[in-house]
Amino acid sequence: MKDVKVYGPGCKRCEKTEEMVKEAAAKLGIEVSVEKVTDPRAIAMAGVMSTPGVSVDGKLVHSGGLPDSGKLEGWLSA
Amino acid sequence: MSVTQHETPHGGMPGWAWSVVVAAGLVAWWVVYHQLPALSEWIVSLLPVARDTHTGEALAFFFYDVPKVMMLLTLIVFAMGVVRSFFSPEKTRALLSGKREGVGNVMAAGLGVLTPFCSCSAVPLFIGFVSAGIPLGVTFSFLIAAPMVNEVALILLVGLVGWPVALVYLGFGLAIAIVAGWVIGRLHVEGWLQDWVRDIHSGATTPGAVESDDLSMTDRYRLGLEAVREIFAKVWIWIIVGIAMGALIHGYVPQDLMVRIMGSGTWWSVPAAVLMGVPMYTNAAGVIPIVEALLGKGAALGTVLAFMMSVIALSMPEMIILRQVLKLRLIAVFIGVVASGILAVGFLFNALF
Repeated sequence: MKDVKVYGPGCKRCEKTEEMVKEAAAKLGIEVSVEKVTDPRAIAMAGVMSTPGVSVDGKLVHSGGLPDSGKLEGWLSA
Repeated sequence: MSVTQHETPHGGMPGWAWSVVVAAGLVAWWVVYHQLPALSEWIVSLLPVARDTHTGEALAFFFYDVPKVMMLLTLIVFAMGVVRSFFSPEKTRALLSGKREGVGNVMAAGLGVLTPFCSCSAVPLFIGFVSAGIPLGVTFSFLIAAPMVNEVALILLVGLVGWPVALVYLGFGLAIAIVAGWVIGRLHVEGWLQDWVRDIHSGATTPGAVESDDLSMTDRYRLGLEAVREIFAKVWIWIIVGIAMGALIHGYVPQDLMVRIMGSGTWWSVPAAVLMGVPMYTNAAGVIPIVEALLGKGAALGTVLAFMMSVIALSMPEMIILRQVLKLRLIAVFIGVVASGILAVGFLFNALF
């Protein structure tokens, strides 16, 4: 079970990122729990400076803009 | 490439093919762009309105400006999307940390223009900067320049009002960001940050172990397209509304009235323009067609620039976002300092020209 967090204050791109994570996980057959972090304080404390950000099992793998779906699969299967 | 980009059918093209497509696109753009005046006259001639009436004037303005603004935006947002792929908030932070005030303010204002920035990220970015030890004033220089001096504003000014005004706007926008940031730094108002922000010490936030700089040229072109899509989704309605307002002013507002209210002979018009600008929420794309129409009707350049800067740089939604990290007193200082800068620019211009 991978613990994925999507950081973003609730903009369109953040929602899209969350969808992309779920799609990628479904495609790879990996079980994930996706949590959306919307509190700006929590976002900042996680070290995300540009949203949306993505962390997998506590490790920040992406920040700023939509992630590349190929890379996303890579992070999830790592 | 395993990328699934639904919005572009060119996802799998090699880099050189992208370059060819981009070049062809540029040529097509140029050709179409130069047909726009004819196109707008043709559209108006189809409508049951006489060309030389107020309505005809307003409609011609509208049908010329909408496609023109859309085309200019597409081109410049794409180009800036590509350029910005070389910058990131993380890199900007690295460049700014350890810089003293002064040099730091200048760099921050410049980087504010180039760094990809969305006001929805203002809070995390602010924290990221402050926690890296970047002085408050330098952070403000960035936060002022980023929305005010952006590519959308500049290119629309070039296209609609002319490049001298655009250059003036660029120069004075940067100057305001630099000076206002420096002044805020001098005031030593660190105590007016929200308490939780003050408590974050350097290193409390781990610098993001994010994507290294392994983007190919194809990736960068794709980011450019992504930027176009995103900006359009965000601003198209403002553009239409802005141009419609501009068209109304262009067609209906009598010239002598405008000269009386916003002409350079009226001293109170600059502060009035700044005050009016604060509650107005639009962005560069919406306000510049209005600027164009106001200038065309004889409004003074300084007054119009002050109005435009105030609308873009001092907007209520941004203040509400910043309220999460700044105490009310500091927001008041921020507004006061920036508004003074804008006033100075407005008066200076009206006096000089």
